[in-house]
Amino acid sequence: MDEDRLTCESDKTVVCLRGITKRFPGVLANDHVDFQLQSGEIHALLGENGAGKSTLVKILYGFYHADAGEILVHGRPVHIRSPRDARALGLGMVFQGFTLIPAMTVAENVALFQAELPRFFSPRELEQSIRAASDQYGLALDPKAPVWQLSIGEQQRVELLKLLLAGARILIFDEPTKVLVPHEVEALFRVFESLRAQGFSIIFITHKLREALSCADRITVMRQGRVVGTLLARAATEESLLHMMFGEKLPEITRSPGSRAPGEVVLELRDVCTRPVGTAPALDHVNLKVRAGEIVGIAGVSGNGQRELGDVVLGLLRIVRGKKFFLGQDATSWSPRQLVRRGIAFVPEDPLSMAVVPGFSTLENFALMDLQAFSKFLGTVMNWGKVRTFFREGFTKLGLSPLPEPVRASTLSGGNLQRLTLVRELSRPYHLVVGLYPTRGLDVRSANAVRQAFLVAREQGKGVLLISEDLQELFSLCDRVLVIFRGRIVGEFRPEEADLTEVGRLMTGAGVLHGS
Amino acid sequence: MVLKSTSNRWVWILFRLSLTVVLILGVFGLFLWALGKNPLKAFQDTLRLNLLNPRGLSEVVVRMSPLLLTALGVAVPFRAGLINVGAEGQFLMGALLGTWAAFNIAGLPPALHLVLVLLAGMVGGGLWGAVPGALRALGWVNETITTLLLNYLAPLIVGYFVFGPWRAPELAMYPQTPELPVVPYFPVLPGTRLHLGFFLGLFFLGLYAYMTGRSRWGLELRAVGGNPEAARRLGMPVERWLLAAMVLGGALAGLAGVAEVVAIHGRLKMAVSPGYGFMGFLVNWLAFANPLGILIMSFLLAIIASSGFTLQITQRLPYAAVNVLMALILFVVLAKPFRQGVRR
Ligand SMILES: Nc1ncnc2c1ncn2[C@@H]1O[C@H](COP(=O)(O)OP(=O)(O)OP(=O)(O)O)[C@@H](O)[C@H]1O
Ligand SMILES: [Mg+2]
Repeated sequence: MDEDRLTCESDKTVVCLRGITKRFPGVLANDHVDFQLQSGEIHALLGENGAGKSTLVKILYGFYHADAGEILVHGRPVHIRSPRDARALGLGMVFQGFTLIPAMTVAENVALFQAELPRFFSPRELEQSIRAASDQYGLALDPKAPVWQLSIGEQQRVELLKLLLAGARILIFDEPTKVLVPHEVEALFRVFESLRAQGFSIIFITHKLREALSCADRITVMRQGRVVGTLLARAATEESLLHMMFGEKLPEITRSPGSRAPGEVVLELRDVCTRPVGTAPALDHVNLKVRAGEIVGIAGVSGNGQRELGDVVLGLLRIVRGKKFFLGQDATSWSPRQLVRRGIAFVPEDPLSMAVVPGFSTLENFALMDLQAFSKFLGTVMNWGKVRTFFREGFTKLGLSPLPEPVRASTLSGGNLQRLTLVRELSRPYHLVVGLYPTRGLDVRSANAVRQAFLVAREQGKGVLLISEDLQELFSLCDRVLVIFRGRIVGEFRPEEADLTEVGRLMTGAGVLHGS
Repeated sequence: MVLKSTSNRWVWILFRLSLTVVLILGVFGLFLWALGKNPLKAFQDTLRLNLLNPRGLSEVVVRMSPLLLTALGVAVPFRAGLINVGAEGQFLMGALLGTWAAFNIAGLPPALHLVLVLLAGMVGGGLWGAVPGALRALGWVNETITTLLLNYLAPLIVGYFVFGPWRAPELAMYPQTPELPVVPYFPVLPGTRLHLGFFLGLFFLGLYAYMTGRSRWGLELRAVGGNPEAARRLGMPVERWLLAAMVLGGALAGLAGVAEVVAIHGRLKMAVSPGYGFMGFLVNWLAFANPLGILIMSFLLAIIASSGFTLQITQRLPYAAVNVLMALILFVVLAKPFRQGVRR
């Protein structure tokens, strides 16, 4: 590390953080963090959930103020009080939730962000400059396209373009690949490389070791608010990184191969069709069976009806044709309430907006699982002691460390929020659990814990419907994998006989023309 | 409350409340000063005549009674994420249905009759809240718009009855009903106008504090308000909660209305409400639905409303000056959520 400290004042160091410390009520999110970003490098930031990665970059971008420590940009000490200050220093941050206006075009969205936009500007010149920048950095964006038509990956690149045109030279990405499908990840990394070649410096946060190893020049690992170390990506291996992140060897996932025959059908969709909502696809004659003691996977590029499928199972989306059966009963028109009560656990893709109440504490959010069981005297008194017991048990059973109870859900780190939702949903009595991208945003250890939890559910004779984009995850856990494309099931595989290229072809619609 | 930083949270709430109080008094002072009056003298007079003298104080509390209830009528839907601007209309409909029950139920012991009259008031307000609640639950119309529109409708209906079928024959020049038969039985503190309505207000405030803070129902209500999407996915009957919150809110405002008719006016007339419903809205926004805040802010607004009369006498200000002031406060208050949004 001493070597790094020396480079802090050198011309090659564009950003230098020294002794950054940030305390939130009850947690030390950053504990004397030292971090250097060099000119023209891609620097990956790794670490378990809640390690303090987001907090660190938010301090750099002026969202939070460090309790102690200093920030140097181009060797000069600076005070960054707000994102505006950060932008003036040439920093730019791409957020998880995008700040684009869907009804406007790419060009209009970009124009809104420019600080010195003249009162009257020439749309043609603007479009030309966008086209030029898009070509220069390989963003492949059409200035005239309305934003609502763009894929998530393209929207992310619009955010990037906004920053580039506003003069940012140091770019920060917080988990940019979390919401991207594999080919979009590749496209993003190509953009990173072209930016690096032109002298930009990039910090990006990820939980996928492979991404850090393949794309970054240097990798910094954080753990419990501290920096464990910084190393050259060339010199790192997955094992060495895991060791730095967790300090222990990760337990292997164990799956008993077909030790027992699947039981009776828990969920069945028979020829289910829905109406399209907006630009989202409708389900088109979907047939699907999940048996007790079976994990059924849904593979597909997200936005091909996965969300709709989840909503149909949970009774949030009306079935216009076909039937749904739950535990042998016709459940086609059951309300979400009825379904949840009969035993569906549901892990939605976006916990903050779909699963928790942001203003509630973690414990209060947990209690929402089954308010009836947690209250006494006709609901006039809450039994918090009981909630607490279940809360702690729920975490330990899944092999996760319990979250602090009094913390507001809105302040939890992304991964911890995901854990809270999972633990809550898997703690209720259920027959079927539906997981939409349940390991998205989780660190490697927690992701494995969750996968193990699904396998345990299977052992216990529950039905599991696992919707994911991670083919590796699907094929290592599932008994059967169905492929969804534009709201239709276009293929079915058993993991042992699957051909990944064929699955990939089906996911992108290549197989549909030949009928399947 | 499970948040560990509970003491912190209360410090923060008290700080915000006192800041609001200071801000309001400041605006009031500036306003008086702009009219060429002496604000200090006005404050002194108000203090002397309305707070330090028992009769004045009891009048303040008399005004505070309906405010507590109408503020709660706004606060309950607020907890479910609804903006009820219609407490004024619900107040009037409570007054109307209570009056109907007073005249049309007969042959019961007076105490029982009185209870039924109050319940009828709650039903009247509750029904007036149920309409926007149902329309919102069905996803048809936003409750803010419907409650606002229903505020215009309610006085027309009351007007129809007091000008028409229910008009007292003996006082033909005033559009009002005869005295309600239950009036003599309504509990009033002797020598004052302080009545049962105040204690009902305190009771429901306590109930509200307990239920929203500690009970399962309150947690569920706040979950619906805090994130309806998550609540629905958790199997909560979100639509039923929206309807229930509006009915409960309307019932509380309706109770305020019937209590005012029976205790203060003795009869139904157009002027039963000097805008208590609107003031209740103001109270809730100043108090951000916090029970202690509701108590403090309804007291404060009651002082301001009473001071209108004092100022009329001591400073020769028209009573309408108080209405201007309330409107000013509303602007201050409406800016609040935006500032809060920035802080996050
Ligand atoms: N505004 C806040 N108020 C209170 N605590 C906070 C706040 N923001 C973050 N924290 C806490 O600080 C710690 C670090 O959070 P941070 O978001 O930086 O983690 P992270 O490394 O980004 O994790 P993840 O990989 O899960 O996104 C967590 O324990 C989190 O709960
Ligand atoms: Mg994070």
